[in-house]
Amino acid sequence: MKISIERGALLKAVAQAQSVVERRNTIPILANVLIEAEGSDVRFRATDLDIEVVDRAPAQVERAGGTTVSAVTLHEIVRKLPDGALVTLADDGASGRLSVTAGRSHFSLATLPKEDFPVMASSEYTANFAAPAPVLRRLFDKSKFAISTEETRYYLNGVYMHVAEGEEGRVLRCVATDGHRLARIDAALPEGAEEMPGVIVPRKTVGELRKLLDDDEAQIAVSVSETKVRFATPDITLTSKVIDGTFPDYARVIPQGNTRRLEVDAADFAKAVDRVATVSSERSRAVKMQMEDDRLVLSVNAPDSGAAEEELAVAYQDERLEIGFNAKYLLEIASQVDRENAVFLFNSSGDPTLMREGDDASAIYVVMPMRV
Amino acid sequence: MPALCRDCLTRFETGARCPACGRPRVVTHDELFDLSIAHMDCDAFYASVEKRDRPELAHKPVIIGGGRRGVVSTACYIARIRGVRSAMPMFKALALCPDAVVLKPRMDLYAEVSRAIRAMMTELTPAVEPLSLDEAFLDLSGTARLHGEPPAVMLARLVRRMQTELGVTGSIGLSHNKFLAKLASDMDKPHGFSVIGRAETLDFLADQPVRAIWGVGEAGQEALTRAGIHRFADLRRWEKSALEARFGAMGTRLWHLARGEDARRVAPDAAPKSISNETTFGEDIDDPEILDGHLWRMAEKVADRAKAKGLAGRVVTLKLKQADFRLLTRRQALRDATQLADRLYRTARQLFDTVPGGQAYRLLGVGLSDLCPAGEAERSGDLLDPQAARRGQAERAADTIRARFGRDAILKGRSLR
Repeated sequence: MKISIERGALLKAVAQAQSVVERRNTIPILANVLIEAEGSDVRFRATDLDIEVVDRAPAQVERAGGTTVSAVTLHEIVRKLPDGALVTLADDGASGRLSVTAGRSHFSLATLPKEDFPVMASSEYTANFAAPAPVLRRLFDKSKFAISTEETRYYLNGVYMHVAEGEEGRVLRCVATDGHRLARIDAALPEGAEEMPGVIVPRKTVGELRKLLDDDEAQIAVSVSETKVRFATPDITLTSKVIDGTFPDYARVIPQGNTRRLEVDAADFAKAVDRVATVSSERSRAVKMQMEDDRLVLSVNAPDSGAAEEELAVAYQDERLEIGFNAKYLLEIASQVDRENAVFLFNSSGDPTLMREGDDASAIYVVMPMRV
Repeated sequence: MPALCRDCLTRFETGARCPACGRPRVVTHDELFDLSIAHMDCDAFYASVEKRDRPELAHKPVIIGGGRRGVVSTACYIARIRGVRSAMPMFKALALCPDAVVLKPRMDLYAEVSRAIRAMMTELTPAVEPLSLDEAFLDLSGTARLHGEPPAVMLARLVRRMQTELGVTGSIGLSHNKFLAKLASDMDKPHGFSVIGRAETLDFLADQPVRAIWGVGEAGQEALTRAGIHRFADLRRWEKSALEARFGAMGTRLWHLARGEDARRVAPDAAPKSISNETTFGEDIDDPEILDGHLWRMAEKVADRAKAKGLAGRVVTLKLKQADFRLLTRRQALRDATQLADRLYRTARQLFDTVPGGQAYRLLGVGLSDLCPAGEAERSGDLLDPQAARRGQAERAADTIRARFGRDAILKGRSLR
């Protein structure tokens, strides 16, 4: 194999590959990226056995072929090369080395045979559809903060993507929860997604997927089966196993009868929560909210370190209420609100609270209160 | 050189025997009356208490431990001569010493004797840091004026009093920091009194194995061995930065210990770091139903102790020992601290479900760590487990009943499995 490729295109492809590769690896070849050149482009493939990413970049291919080298090392080298450099990758097949040349820099990297590289088995996808990048971006960005890290509840370690019955018909829905908060985000159901099985997309896949979604104009080809999910742009294909488990029945967790309504400017609210939480010494920073007559008082009382209080003008007309929350959870859900005011719906100080943006039911959040 | 008779507490200048009482139990050291950090370690504590109460056992090998399948928790010195060691499996101990008298531990009794010893120690100084029922650090700095005698004399008096009033003996290590005091108390057991002065600290340490470092576990030892560090002299050859690079924060401590430096204070009320309970079964158990019953009982015991101490914890640990002695531990951090048996059990049960089934186990344990005050526990519910709050209330109600009518007044069906 011998190819020449522009440094920028190479960096982009290798960056994606090295982020999929596991840092601590017991199987040496999993630390490598598979480079395959054919026709007028080169493909970079990396996997951790659960996720596989294939990145295609245009290149001048002098001699077709392929090999594998350390993804992290190649990435580091390319990153340090000057902008605009033309990089030549060549292996002679005999020496077991890949030579990387750019200007006067020359590197020789150890390789492993490409035949040993594990390629993820293909899957029969039961649903194939296209979704605009901004739609997927919203679905995953607004839900991923609630993904659980608890390994014993592995079925919560991802975003549950499925078709659901929304208020105005069927929707594409993403739900994540860790038992303390829950995010439920809806989007219009793309054509072809009706038959999609519900899948739990693992946390790491959500992180990798995010890198495909920056281009507002891009259409993402989504394929789903019971065991795998695939997201593809013309250049990048991300394939991932899904979490083998049953996502809990989240519908019963979402409070229906919460009537006490608080409306507040989300940015002002988040800043105030952040300020009062500063004095809290505990790890679970508890913030108390007291509401009465269009007034909200946020307070923290930490016997060891001090107290803080801040008052906000809000819309609240129900009877007086005192309720506590983990400050971090409040900040996270408040930061999801970007267009309108945040609307909180409470029941009592011991029941789950619902939050949404204005009257928009396409993104709702549930958070468990905390005794203060 | 200053000398002290440990029998009649007479102070004198050099000599193998006490000029006053003529007995040979004399401790002599240049810095004897200048040192004030001590470690007191009872000699074969549980066995000594048993022998005190049952004089007919005085000249027999006695082993304290749990059942045929258990491990040795204490062996008296007669049994130790035959090779019995603590933590040794009982069958091995009995092979070495078939005529040993094996007694089940009577923890309540030992705790009572321990409290009496602690009371004697706190008469000497408020700075007493108990490490377990039978050992403690004491800092006697500045007490010479109060007692009219230097620390060495007061310590000799303490062990003499323990022997006459409580019938147990102890060994004293006296030095200028905790690390060395602990090493010293072990040098002359039983009934010993050892001193490591500032002047000989470095020479003394050079040939000591690093194994002696208290608080370095098996994994730590292995890491040291791999680095070619066997003795303190080896350790002293390392640059501080190299030790830190290799062993992290532990490296800094090792560098100081290699030079006999230990700045830790004797902390009287060091809070416990974890609460745990484990049991070794009479026979290996593979029945998941029976194991589940043990899981519940262990969780309940840990919860009881946490409640009694007003503590809660954020990390639940499950410990399993397989029939081939392989130890498995699994841990789970909780978002919200707990002291409830229900949550402990459920978390431990989830951890149990992550280990491959069908195994036989000889030991099962449940622990709670990352402790905090009980007030910080159970502050938030679980969205996905709305019944948890009700189960918590039921447990609190059951606790109230047990407090009034006795421990067995109300039980979970699960605990009878």
